[in-house]
Amino acid sequence: MDDFYREFILDHYKRPRNFGTLENPDVTHEEDNPLCGDRIRIDLCLNEDRVADVRFTGEGCAISTAAASILTEKIKGAPLERVKAFSMEEMLEALGVPLSPIRLKCGLLALKVLKTGLYGLKHWPGEEE
Amino acid sequence: MTTPGSTTTAKVRKDLAAGFDVAKARQDFPILREKVQGKPLVYFDNAATSQKPQVVIDTVHEFLATYNSNIHRGVHQLSERGTEAYEQSRKKVQRFINAAESREVIFVRGTTEAINLVANSYGRQHIRAGDEIVISAMEHHSNIVPWQILCEQTGAVLRVMPISDAGEMLIDKYEKLLTSRTRLVAVVHVSNALGTINPVHEIIRLARRQGVPVLVDGAQAVPHLKVDVHELDCDFYAFSGHKVFGPTGIGVLYGKAELLEAMPPYQGGGDMIKSVSFEKTVYNDLPYKFEAGTPHIAGVIGLGAAIDYVNGVGLDRIATYEHGLLEYATEALSAIPSIRIIGTAEEKVSLISFVLDGVHAHDVGTILDHDGVAIRAGHHCTMPLMQRFGVPATARASLAFYNTKEEIDVLVRAIHKAIEMFG
Ligand SMILES: Cc1ncc(COP(=O)(O)O)c(C=O)c1O
Repeated sequence: MDDFYREFILDHYKRPRNFGTLENPDVTHEEDNPLCGDRIRIDLCLNEDRVADVRFTGEGCAISTAAASILTEKIKGAPLERVKAFSMEEMLEALGVPLSPIRLKCGLLALKVLKTGLYGLKHWPGEEE
Repeated sequence: MTTPGSTTTAKVRKDLAAGFDVAKARQDFPILREKVQGKPLVYFDNAATSQKPQVVIDTVHEFLATYNSNIHRGVHQLSERGTEAYEQSRKKVQRFINAAESREVIFVRGTTEAINLVANSYGRQHIRAGDEIVISAMEHHSNIVPWQILCEQTGAVLRVMPISDAGEMLIDKYEKLLTSRTRLVAVVHVSNALGTINPVHEIIRLARRQGVPVLVDGAQAVPHLKVDVHELDCDFYAFSGHKVFGPTGIGVLYGKAELLEAMPPYQGGGDMIKSVSFEKTVYNDLPYKFEAGTPHIAGVIGLGAAIDYVNGVGLDRIATYEHGLLEYATEALSAIPSIRIIGTAEEKVSLISFVLDGVHAHDVGTILDHDGVAIRAGHHCTMPLMQRFGVPATARASLAFYNTKEEIDVLVRAIHKAIEMFG
């Protein structure tokens, strides 16, 4: 378990990076995980084809909050193409903790919000709803 | 006299004085010998589903292994035995809840289906545009959504009785909601998220005065208290077998015979008819009118065994023992500074919902799981209630009569671990 709640995760949970909202975001999207009530919103400002700035807010467990915090660090300043290609596997690797199927939803909520926001999708590809 | 050892002995003596031997009861439940993460299982998720005593497992096994058959149709030996056991279970349920007649006991999938049956059958027959249905702020989604669907279909309106900060129904507010437009009241007997035992007796009495029928969601009441539908004078009472030590997939709708008789069928098919022709179909009598198709025979027979088992232990003894657990757990948890207990009603079953400062309920759940403690973390299918208390989710420890004070100590230690980790 000390594996699970590693210092790294707890640090991102207690001191989330890029926490807050943006004034005039080009993209803003919010979703919740209906199973547990976790909620994440991500705001993006784009500059040409890069993510100029990013913020997130919401409430959630250590895993979903840390994942959002880590994700914003990864994509800040990155080319849009790179952000669009950012995969589930990369997200899980960045978290670096083994997630049970139920907690997987927590670990991937932020990425889902980011992708659905970017593509203006209703649902995430491959997710049955 | 003040050593921890002797305190425990004193506790045990007190429990025995109540005529209840928890060590013996635990032996009836094979799952309690399981280990989780290498630690003894501490099962505190009884409100989600209860564990099954060996006798229930054996009874279901015996049916499937030695007289599995369809009921109400075969003329052969096995079918006669199966039918007999199935109908015996109905009589057991009847006595268990003190229904006047066994035909008032309808077997359904669970509480959810029982409520949907009433909403679809009674509801569509009696409820019109502008009519009102009264529920409370602490209902499970299964006692909200069927009524919302009905309201959408008919143009009726849902009214919600508010609750206090302690998690108690506000009866004076409820009285004001009862008007000439009220057609039905549907309330939870015991809250699955707060543990509150609601004054359903009073709620029914007030509705009765206005001639309004009442449905009671008894999913969380039946495992903890003696339920007497005759004394309550409720019109419908719903519960699930799996929460009262029986199998999943089987539940009960009790309804007053005169109401059930006047209601149209809920589903059509085999068993619910007397005769079928393409011109006219004659529906069967109660209870079969509401039991279309082959039922969950193994489940019904298993539920009968569960009821026998509970009767053997005795609900009075269960209630007394569990009250001791509740007091012990409430005191131990209240002593933790960063904890907030959600649901502090005067009358409660052995269930405690809580939030920890700075630790999300999910994380509490995961950390506890590592110590073998199974609790529920989430909104408990009561999202409007979570909103009422301004929390997205709670952690919930729900105890049964096979739980112990020692297990509560394990829970408390694990909570301290969570606080330390997140501190
Ligand atoms: C108060 C209450 N009502 C209804 C239900 C629904 O029961 P079931 O899922 O067995 O149909 C539950 C189960 O969680 C409950 O606790």
